[in-house]
Amino acid sequence: MLGTMNFPILTWITFLPLLGILIVLLVPSGKSEKGQELSKQIIRWVAVGITFTQLILAFIIYLNYNPAMTGINELKSFQFVEKLSWITASLPMVGDINIEYFMGIDGISVPMILLTAIICFVAVFPSFGINKAVKGYFAMYLLLDLGMMGVFCALDFFLFYLFWELMLLPMYFLIGIWGGPRKEYAAIKFFIYTLVGSVFMLLVMIGLYHSTGSFNILEMMNAANFKGDSLFGGINTTVRYVAFMGLFIGFAIKVPVFPFHTWLPDAHVEAPTPISVILAGVLLKMGAYGMIRIAFPIFPDAFGYFQTLIAWIGMISIVYGAFCALGQHKVGKRDFKKLIAYSSVSHMGLVILGLSSMRPEGMVGAIFQMFNHGIITAMLFMIVGVIYDRAHTRGLDDFGGLAKKMPIYTGIMAVAFFAAIGLPGMSGFISEVLVFLGAFKSYPVLTIISGLSIILGAAYMLWALQKIFFGVLPEKWKGPWDPTRVKYKTDDVNGLEMVALIPLAIIVIFLGVYPNPILNLMTGSVNHFIELMRPFVYIGGL
Amino acid sequence: MIDISHITVDLVKSISLFKPETTLIATFLLAMILDMAFKKSKNIAGYIAIAGLLITAIFLFEQTGANYKAFSSLLVVDSFGQFMKFIVLMSSLIIIVFSFFSDELHNAHTKLGEYYTLIIGMTFGMFLLVGSSNLIMIYVAIETMSISSYVLAGYTKEVKRASEASLKYVIFGAVSSGIMIYGISILFGLTGSLNLFEINQFLVANKVATIPLLLSGLMILSGFGYKISAVPFHFWTPDVYEGAPVTITAYLSVASKAAGFAVLLRFFKTGLLDSIPGTSEAWQLLGSIDWHYVIAVLAVLTMTLGNLVAVWQTNMKRLLAYSSIAHAGYLLMAVSVMNDNGVSAVLIYFFFYMLMNLGAFFVVQLVANKLNSEEVEDYNGLGYRSPVLGVCMTVFLISLTGLPPTSGFIGKLYVFSAVINSGYLWLAVIGVLNSVVSLYYYVKIIRNMYLRDVESTKSKLVFSPVTIAIVLLLAVPTLLFGVYFTPIIEWANYSMNIFVGN
Repeated sequence: MLGTMNFPILTWITFLPLLGILIVLLVPSGKSEKGQELSKQIIRWVAVGITFTQLILAFIIYLNYNPAMTGINELKSFQFVEKLSWITASLPMVGDINIEYFMGIDGISVPMILLTAIICFVAVFPSFGINKAVKGYFAMYLLLDLGMMGVFCALDFFLFYLFWELMLLPMYFLIGIWGGPRKEYAAIKFFIYTLVGSVFMLLVMIGLYHSTGSFNILEMMNAANFKGDSLFGGINTTVRYVAFMGLFIGFAIKVPVFPFHTWLPDAHVEAPTPISVILAGVLLKMGAYGMIRIAFPIFPDAFGYFQTLIAWIGMISIVYGAFCALGQHKVGKRDFKKLIAYSSVSHMGLVILGLSSMRPEGMVGAIFQMFNHGIITAMLFMIVGVIYDRAHTRGLDDFGGLAKKMPIYTGIMAVAFFAAIGLPGMSGFISEVLVFLGAFKSYPVLTIISGLSIILGAAYMLWALQKIFFGVLPEKWKGPWDPTRVKYKTDDVNGLEMVALIPLAIIVIFLGVYPNPILNLMTGSVNHFIELMRPFVYIGGL
Repeated sequence: MIDISHITVDLVKSISLFKPETTLIATFLLAMILDMAFKKSKNIAGYIAIAGLLITAIFLFEQTGANYKAFSSLLVVDSFGQFMKFIVLMSSLIIIVFSFFSDELHNAHTKLGEYYTLIIGMTFGMFLLVGSSNLIMIYVAIETMSISSYVLAGYTKEVKRASEASLKYVIFGAVSSGIMIYGISILFGLTGSLNLFEINQFLVANKVATIPLLLSGLMILSGFGYKISAVPFHFWTPDVYEGAPVTITAYLSVASKAAGFAVLLRFFKTGLLDSIPGTSEAWQLLGSIDWHYVIAVLAVLTMTLGNLVAVWQTNMKRLLAYSSIAHAGYLLMAVSVMNDNGVSAVLIYFFFYMLMNLGAFFVVQLVANKLNSEEVEDYNGLGYRSPVLGVCMTVFLISLTGLPPTSGFIGKLYVFSAVINSGYLWLAVIGVLNSVVSLYYYVKIIRNMYLRDVESTKSKLVFSPVTIAIVLLLAVPTLLFGVYFTPIIEWANYSMNIFVGN
């Protein structure tokens, strides 16, 4: 068994895409048309192979993970730890520097690693439709994969920041080169928004380094490691509040929560299907993950100070996102992707609300919601991709009555939609209930308002479902999608698309019935986390 | 009766410390003579210059750990100066190599012998400037390097904008050195000395009037500010950078900035501040003037103006000119903290800045060779027309923006680290917001290279393997030092020592 051993599995799972990039770049482009086709095909399957291996590694991690060891701020209860000195210099004049290559995981990172591996694997299949500059596409795709995995494994702030920023450029290219009509605008907007967030993170990181003398995130969680007269020393100081807000905004932009969300609809609408899938499936989770891993435990006093504000932000995001999604029902503006993008704002607001409750069930629900939202939204975006590839439009008004033409597709889509609404029996239901249970004890009024917005969610989702699948099939879609039957042999989803969609549907239903495999991973860590935060925060019902 | 024995001793010692500079003078003369002897070979002076610079490097390396005054305190030899001289020397070497591949220069109907000799002359001027510890010496050194650079800026004299650039450079240069020498004379009047050590001692011992001291300091700063193109002394920069040959533009943006920053730091540390050797504490300020704020305000103005104007540029050289103004602003931020952390940040930043900025300019030069254009528009699809060049340019631009995992990020990290450590949070916040603005125009170039003209029908651009190798030689370290920078910070640490007298 690979167990808790010397095999550096986190390094492997993170840097495996690098191997993929090398192979992809070395595949010759091919001279003839046939050769070029072959080269593209090889590149695509290399990406499948790499991400599949990653998935297997993630599974090995999952199987060998011991939920009894809780991590958070104790080095000894982190698992699969790799700790090597990386940049170490004792410099009398400049000041010592000590950066470590420090990776390790606990109950909060394991679900995220699992999610990243799953999403990166399934999103390769819709990428098969990319025909322009295939080599560059998959190189960027794998680089993005590397950055995301690294963020969830890193325990050294410098390393974390490196991975965090590493994702920006690939994402810029993936939206900007392979995106829709307004891709340039969407790409630079994404880039600048995220950079604004991360430069504040950079300043706080430097400040923390000067205060503790190390980049070790775990040491930063211990107030004893702060030098008394240093910038962030002491508790409840103004500068700590400011620093917390800097970190919080940096992560909130990525989540994104109201009012930092405006990049998201643009990025989603313009990004190609697989990138929308990754964006919604993994990237958004990193914001919330950063809050749990860094912002909250390092500045617990500041979190306590802003706790109610954060709960409000969560509630506003839930309601505002839902209304925006509902607003997509104005004639002429009905874009399927925008609808899902705004529903993401709403659903991620739920995560923030759950975290701000600081109740075990609320936090477990929030992290589980991150996982579920990743799976469900990935499904939704792939579903949009399926009809967009065929009809070349995402306008909700352009469709109707597709149920007859694409029965299997309708079935899969129904699962995704009902999961997104939070229908009992689907995974989304469990996480929403847990979040509301926790949040209600701490913030009853906000929770009631948020709960009501679920009705809005049901309204826009069901309306979209009805619009697309029921009613009359428009005249122009009466015939087959592809009259030549070369690209699409049948009118329903094809095999490749099913490979991507069916496993996700199974996960959604399975976790809806039996959520323990994921919940068990994190309960220990969450309880430990709350113990750490308890002296500083308001916990309702205790 | 004057006792000349100790003068002789000083002179003998000084000459032995003057070896790198002597080598440069010898190279200068040799290149000129051999260029006349071998009229057929266009690059002979260039080869001589490279050989001379390499020998200079050896002598410079020998001075490791040295800490002396030379020529009756006209010059000092210290590890800080050594680091900056290495930066100057490396950029001179790289620029001469760049020049071998410049169509712009080789198509000009001028001989290139003088071009290479003038680069050596300018290098000599910068070496002097880096080591000067006397106000007159500083003035003479600035003029030595300036006169060479005026000629170099207008070297392609058939090109109208080059002549214009040269003339503008001369006029602005004359004005700023005039102001500077006036400042020097006021300072001389105040303290009765031109020697920075004696000025320092006088200021420690006596109370001088604040206003004249501030005035003279600002006037001298205008001379340095002109060299590092800090706002409001930057007006020449865009025009000269656009008009001069690309190689010289690149040279001015790195080497002459390095010399300018070296003398700026030395002037403050040895002249205007109470020196406590060997501490990383903030330097004591003399004459009750808070130079922190003067420099910090300059830094904010410089980086903000540089970045905001760069956003609107459509010509690569102009864009990089404003970007170099912005970088001067970041560096001034590190100067403004006035402690050893700030000095080390300047050194670290300069090393990385040299790599990435020279790299970016070399790409501009190569593209101009092929496309005969420096417009950002003409970079459309470059990433597909020449993949290696596109990737390298992206690395340089990302590094200039200061994103990891490039060395530019490490440079910025140290600058912000010095600023935050001194408690100037507001300055750090303005600095990082400026980085975000700079992203916009750097990425504009990346956008044109990759997002425009995808799968373009335009022909592929083929560059000679040597030029590609040179680009890689700059791009690979730019990336590598971004993930492993221990050697550079160690080197900077050992080069912290600014000679401050006894």
